[in-house]
Amino acid sequence: MKWEIVIGLEVHTQLSTHTKIFSGASTAFGAEPNTQADAVSIALPGVLPVLNQGAVERAIKFGLAVGAHIAPRSVFARKNYFYPDLPKGYQISQMDLPVVGQGALTIQVEPLSGPSTGSGLKPYEKTVRIIRAHLEEDAGKSVHGATQNLTGIDLNRAGTPLLEIVSEPDMRSAAEAVAYAKALHTVVRWIGICDGNMQEGSFRCDVNVSVRRPGEPLGTRREIKNLNSFKFMQQAIDFEVQWQIDTLESGGKIQQATILFNPDTGETRSMRSKEDAHDYRYFPDPDLLPLDITPAMIEAVRATLPELPQAKRERYTHEFGLSAYDAASLTSSREMAEFFDASVTMVGAANAKLAANWLIGEVSAQLNRDGLDIAKCPISAAQFGGMLARIADGTISNSGAKEVFRALWSEGGTADAIIDAKGLKQVSDSGAIEQIVADVMAANADKVAEYRSGKDKLFGFFVGAAMKASQGKANPAQLNEVLKQKLAG
Amino acid sequence: MLNLSLQQQGDALRAKKISSVELTRLYLDRIATHNPVLNAYVTVEANKSLAQARAADAMLANGSAQALTGIPIAQKDIFCAHGWRTTCGSKMLDNFIAPYDAHVISQFNAAGAVNLGKTNMDEFAMGSSNETSYFGPVRNPWDIKAVPGGSSGGAASAVAARLCAAATGTDTGGSIRQPAALCGITGIKPTYGTVSRYGMIAFASSLDQAGPMARSAEDCALMLNVMTGHDPRDSTSLVRDKEDYMRELNKPLAGLRIGLPREFFAEGLSQDVAACVQAAVAEYQKLGATVVDISLPNAKLAVPVYYVLAPAEASSNLSRFDGVRYGYRAPDYTDLTDMYEKTRAQGFGAEVKRRIMIGTYVLSHGYYDAYYLQAQKIRRLIAQDFVEAFKQCDVIMGPTSPSTAFNLGEKGDDPVQMYLSDIYTIAVNLAGLPGMSIPCGTGANALPVGLQIIGDYFKEAQMLGVAHQYQLATDWHSRAPQGL
Repeated sequence: MKWEIVIGLEVHTQLSTHTKIFSGASTAFGAEPNTQADAVSIALPGVLPVLNQGAVERAIKFGLAVGAHIAPRSVFARKNYFYPDLPKGYQISQMDLPVVGQGALTIQVEPLSGPSTGSGLKPYEKTVRIIRAHLEEDAGKSVHGATQNLTGIDLNRAGTPLLEIVSEPDMRSAAEAVAYAKALHTVVRWIGICDGNMQEGSFRCDVNVSVRRPGEPLGTRREIKNLNSFKFMQQAIDFEVQWQIDTLESGGKIQQATILFNPDTGETRSMRSKEDAHDYRYFPDPDLLPLDITPAMIEAVRATLPELPQAKRERYTHEFGLSAYDAASLTSSREMAEFFDASVTMVGAANAKLAANWLIGEVSAQLNRDGLDIAKCPISAAQFGGMLARIADGTISNSGAKEVFRALWSEGGTADAIIDAKGLKQVSDSGAIEQIVADVMAANADKVAEYRSGKDKLFGFFVGAAMKASQGKANPAQLNEVLKQKLAG
Repeated sequence: MLNLSLQQQGDALRAKKISSVELTRLYLDRIATHNPVLNAYVTVEANKSLAQARAADAMLANGSAQALTGIPIAQKDIFCAHGWRTTCGSKMLDNFIAPYDAHVISQFNAAGAVNLGKTNMDEFAMGSSNETSYFGPVRNPWDIKAVPGGSSGGAASAVAARLCAAATGTDTGGSIRQPAALCGITGIKPTYGTVSRYGMIAFASSLDQAGPMARSAEDCALMLNVMTGHDPRDSTSLVRDKEDYMRELNKPLAGLRIGLPREFFAEGLSQDVAACVQAAVAEYQKLGATVVDISLPNAKLAVPVYYVLAPAEASSNLSRFDGVRYGYRAPDYTDLTDMYEKTRAQGFGAEVKRRIMIGTYVLSHGYYDAYYLQAQKIRRLIAQDFVEAFKQCDVIMGPTSPSTAFNLGEKGDDPVQMYLSDIYTIAVNLAGLPGMSIPCGTGANALPVGLQIIGDYFKEAQMLGVAHQYQLATDWHSRAPQGL
C-alpha cells in the first residue's frame, strides 16, 4: 500500500525594518559583533520593550496579501527558556492571539524528481492554507570556537523582527513544500516586507514531516529545523520521508522529535526528542500592552499594497490569454512582472504573448548566462518594448530581432537605431517580394514543374531560395503567401 | 534645617541661606554617623553627590533653580543611575555599575536634585522587612531591634532618621506604604502607569510602581511633580497631561466621604493599630468628612492572588540574571548548565529563589490555568470591588499594616506570616489604584502606626490634599525618632 506524505511549514521571515522590533538598534546585517546591541538587546536590568510600528505594518501587509484576518487585538507573550544568546531568558512572541489569522496562498507546483515526488508530472496549481502569522523577536547568535574553550555571543541579531508564518499540513510532496516556500518567498519580497536573503537568514524554514496510509489519521511528525535553501529543503524532506517509511515498514515507530539536516551528508538527525521538549511557560508580557489594530490602520496599509502575484497571474491568463505556466513564470518576482507590464504598455495587449515569449525565453536565458537578476537587466523595459514593437509591426524578422536583442544587451541604444545601422529592416513591399519570387521561379523552372505535378515538399526549397535572394530580409509571412499563390499558377 | 519641609529647604537654598553643597554635606555627615547602625544606604558616593550639589548651586546662582534644585534625595537601589553601582539588594548585581539613567533618576537630575546615595532594600524588592537584602537588614530608627518594613526599608529608615530630605521607593504589593507606616513617614504609590518604569529593575511588571517617600504629604506632592509624566520608553506609561500634585493640598475636607472597608478591620488587625486608625478617622470627621461603611468582598483573596501573579512575572523578569553578560557569575563551573545553576544558586538569596520557584510552577504546563489564569480572573474581581466602592465614597481608609514594626528575625522562618504584613496594601496594586500611608499615632510599643488612604484612579492630588489637611491638624508626621 502506498504512503501519503504530510508536510506543514513554519517560516521565519525577517521583516525589513531598519531598527529592531522592541528598540532603536540597527538591524543591518554583517556588522562587527555586538556593535548593534543596545541596552534592550543586551537586556540590561530595567530596560523595557517598545514595539516598532513598522513591524506591525509589515505583518498587516502580509496578512492582507494572503487574504487573512487581521486580529483587532493581539497579545505579546513571553516564551521562557535559558540560552546564552537569548539575553532576557525569554523571547517575546505571540501565542494565543497572533496578529495575522487564517489565510491562504495559491502555489504553482512543478513536480521534482525524488522519492517524495507528487503524483503526475505536469505543473499544477494548489491552495495551501495558512493557519496564522505572528510577530516575534529573533535571538542573538552563539559563535562556537570564537576563542579557545569559549563560546562568543553576538547580540546584533537579538531583537530583529520576525514574522513566523505557519501553514496547515496541506502539502503532500517535497515538490509542494518547495513550491509553497518559493511562493511565500516571492510574496514577502513582492510586498517588500522581507529581503528574502536566505544566506543571511532572512527567510528560514522549519518543515514538519509525517507519513500515513491514505485516509488514516495524521502520523507522528518530526520537525526539520532551519532550512535555508530550497534545494536543502527538498533533499531533507526526501531523506526524512524515506527514513520514516523505512522505519514504519520495518515495524518501528516514529517518535516526535526536532531534527537537523546536514547538507554535507544529505541526512537528517535528531536534535531533541519530545521528552526533552521545553516547557516554555508562555504568559502575556506585562511590559507590552495588547496590540490593537483599527480598521483605519488596516486600510492605510491596504492602500500601499501592490497588485499581488495571484491577481497578476489571473489577469495575464484572462486578459492576455497566456498559459498558466507563462503567467507563473512572469510573476516569479515583482521586478519580472513589472518589466512585463511595462513592455505590454508599449506594445499593447495584442502583443502580450510576444512579450511573454521573449521574456521567458531569450531574456531569461541571457540573464541566466550572465548570472543576473531581472532587476539588473542591462536592457530596460523601454528598450525591450521598442524592439517588440518592431517585431510586431513586421519591420524585423525573428532572426533580425535576435540580432537587435544581442546588440541592445551588449551595446545599448534603441532597436530602431540598431535596425538602421545593421540594415535589418525586412522587405515587406509586396512588389519587391513578387519580383524576387518571379526571379526564383524563372531560375528554377524545372522545380516549378515538379512542384506543380504534386511534389509539395519542394515548397521549402522555394522559400529558402527566395529568402536567400532577399538576403534574409523578406518578410517570411508575406513571402510564404506570395510563393503559395504564384506556385499554384 | 533637617526638619524643614522640601519647600522650606528649597526656599533656604534659593535665598542663599545655605548652599546645596552645605546641605548635602550635612546629610553626608549624618549618614556617616548613623548608617553603620541603620544600614539604610547600600552605596554612598560623596564625590558624585557633591558634584551634583555644585551644579545645583550654579543653577541656584543663575536663577534657573526649580522646586527641588539642590535638595539631596535618596534613591532606592532599584533605579539604574548612570555610573552608580545599582544592586537591587542582591549579590547578583553587587558589581553592576549602571550605564544609563532610569526615567525617575533623569527626572530628578533634570530638576537639579542631588542624588545622595542608593538605599538598601529587600533583594529584588521581595520582602516586607528588608531582611532579604544581600547587604544586611536595615534597622528602624524608632527602635533598632525592629525592622523598617520593606521592600523600600532603606528609604523609609533614611527619611525617618533625617538621613535625606526625601526618598524614592517602589511599591509592588505595599513596598512604599508598609515601610512608610512602620517608620512613621508619608509615602504614596501613584496609579499604575503614572511614573515610568524605565530603568527600574523589574520585580512584577504589572504591579511595580515608583513613588515618593517623605516626611509629609506636601513633600510627597513636590516629589511626585518631578517623578511623573509620560515616557515613551515604557509602553505602560500613561499618556496624560502633566499635573500639579500640590493643587488640592489646601482644599477643605467638608463633604468628603470616607469609605471604611469592614474587611480591613476584622481578625488579624492589632488592637493598637485599630485604635490609632479609628482615632484618625474621628479626626477626619472633625474636619468635616463623613464615614461610609463599605465592603471589598474579594480583598481577602488579594494575598494568594498576588503570590501567584507576582512570582510568575518575577520568575521571568529575573531570568536575565544568568551570569552571561553582567552581574555575578559563579567562579567555577563545568559547562553551561552548571554555570547557570551555580550562578543563580549563589547569586540569589532564599526569598528570591522561593518566588522564582513558585512563579515557575504556576506558569508550568498543566498548572497555568489553575493558578495563573485563575489569579488573573480574581484580580479583575478585586479591581471591580473598588469600582463599586468608589461609587459610595471619595477615598478609602484603613490600616496600612496589621501591626507596628516587628523585631528583626521575628518572622524570618514563616514566609506566610511575612506575606500577611501586606494584607491591606496588596489589593491596591492588583487594582492599579493609588494608595498612600501617613503616620497617625503610635502603638503599644511606641512605634509608628500608618493610616492607609486609597484613592480612585488618578486621584493622587485629592489624596495628597486629604493627607495634608490631616497633617495640618495633627503632628504625627513631624515627630522624629529619639536618640539620633
